[in-house]
Amino acid sequence: MSDASAKSAVEPALPAVSASGDIGVAAIFLEFLFIGATSFGGGVVAYLRIGLVTKRGWLDDQKFVEYLAISQSLPGLNATNMAVLVGDRLRGFFGALAAIVGICLPGAVLMLIAGSLYHSHGNEPLVTAMLKGVAAAAVGLILATTIQLGRKSLAHVYDLIFVGLTVFGVDRLHQSVPRVLIAVGILAILWYHPRTISEASR
Amino acid sequence: MNQIAALIRVFSYLSILTVGGGLAAFPEMKVLTVNVHHWLTFTQLIHLYSMGQIAPGPNMMMIVSIGEWAAGITGAIVVLIAFFGPTALLAFYVGRLWVKLEKWPWRNSIQRGLSPVAIGLLLAGCLSLARGVVSGWITLAIAGAVLLILLRSKINPAFLVLAGAVAGGLAFYRP
Repeated sequence: MSDASAKSAVEPALPAVSASGDIGVAAIFLEFLFIGATSFGGGVVAYLRIGLVTKRGWLDDQKFVEYLAISQSLPGLNATNMAVLVGDRLRGFFGALAAIVGICLPGAVLMLIAGSLYHSHGNEPLVTAMLKGVAAAAVGLILATTIQLGRKSLAHVYDLIFVGLTVFGVDRLHQSVPRVLIAVGILAILWYHPRTISEASR
Repeated sequence: MNQIAALIRVFSYLSILTVGGGLAAFPEMKVLTVNVHHWLTFTQLIHLYSMGQIAPGPNMMMIVSIGEWAAGITGAIVVLIAFFGPTALLAFYVGRLWVKLEKWPWRNSIQRGLSPVAIGLLLAGCLSLARGVVSGWITLAIAGAVLLILLRSKINPAFLVLAGAVAGGLAFYRP
């Protein structure tokens, strides 16, 4: 917590943000539980923004985008990484714990129930037929999500080469994900080494 | 008991592969849960993953079902902690460090360099899933229709997945 107070002394934060010391673990848990229970259809990040920035004012848009960038470059789902980062900012370790448990709990309980129903009724012809349609729709959904993410973050033709190399390594050469991640990742990071970036922004 | 140990091993490993999203871990999840440990079939994995796209919250909650099938409710809890624990701790500590490294020039390079790799991992996950799902023109049409609608409108994807269930029921149900 000393971390947060030191920071608010340096930067004149928004009123809502400087009040972050007063936000209790229970309030954090309940807000993330609500987001975890209502964010149907993926895109949890949009629900997080509405809940945390617009509704609660616990952080501003700039901070939200910064946390999102960190969440995206680390392993882990964006939703849970965001929960940890925001929870930590609001209330340290226990804030982070409350946030991640809250956001995961509703979906986990729901999938536990859905999974056992599927286990007992999954072989019925109507269920099989419907799930075939659900799976096909899910393929369209994840492809759309990937394309939308790509449009936002792929800026250069070299990016497409790194995308291609990664797909080729995992899908064609059947290399394990860590191996491809390390090989292509290091290549891409070196390609975008600090000097390239500063030259490009000039 | 050794099922529990295997669940912890597999899901904490899959945890650190989720760069860019849960889908990035899908090809490896298929190999480990289906081919190596036989906790479920590839078709069941596809069905659970697809159902998980409708559920609210982080979109990999279907892993609790794998844990429950393999080792009961303990398995479900163990899988949750194994899958979300490692990356949560990483986000916690690296997050604190990352904010302090604001001026470090390589910070941008890492963010910039990893984003195309993350997209590539997601695409590889898409391909792996699609190969198990798209098996004819009807499934292709459903996937294509959902893709086009989502790229052109802001409709909640959950409705489209439910519409996919109806379409699948009408097209494939043979009593």
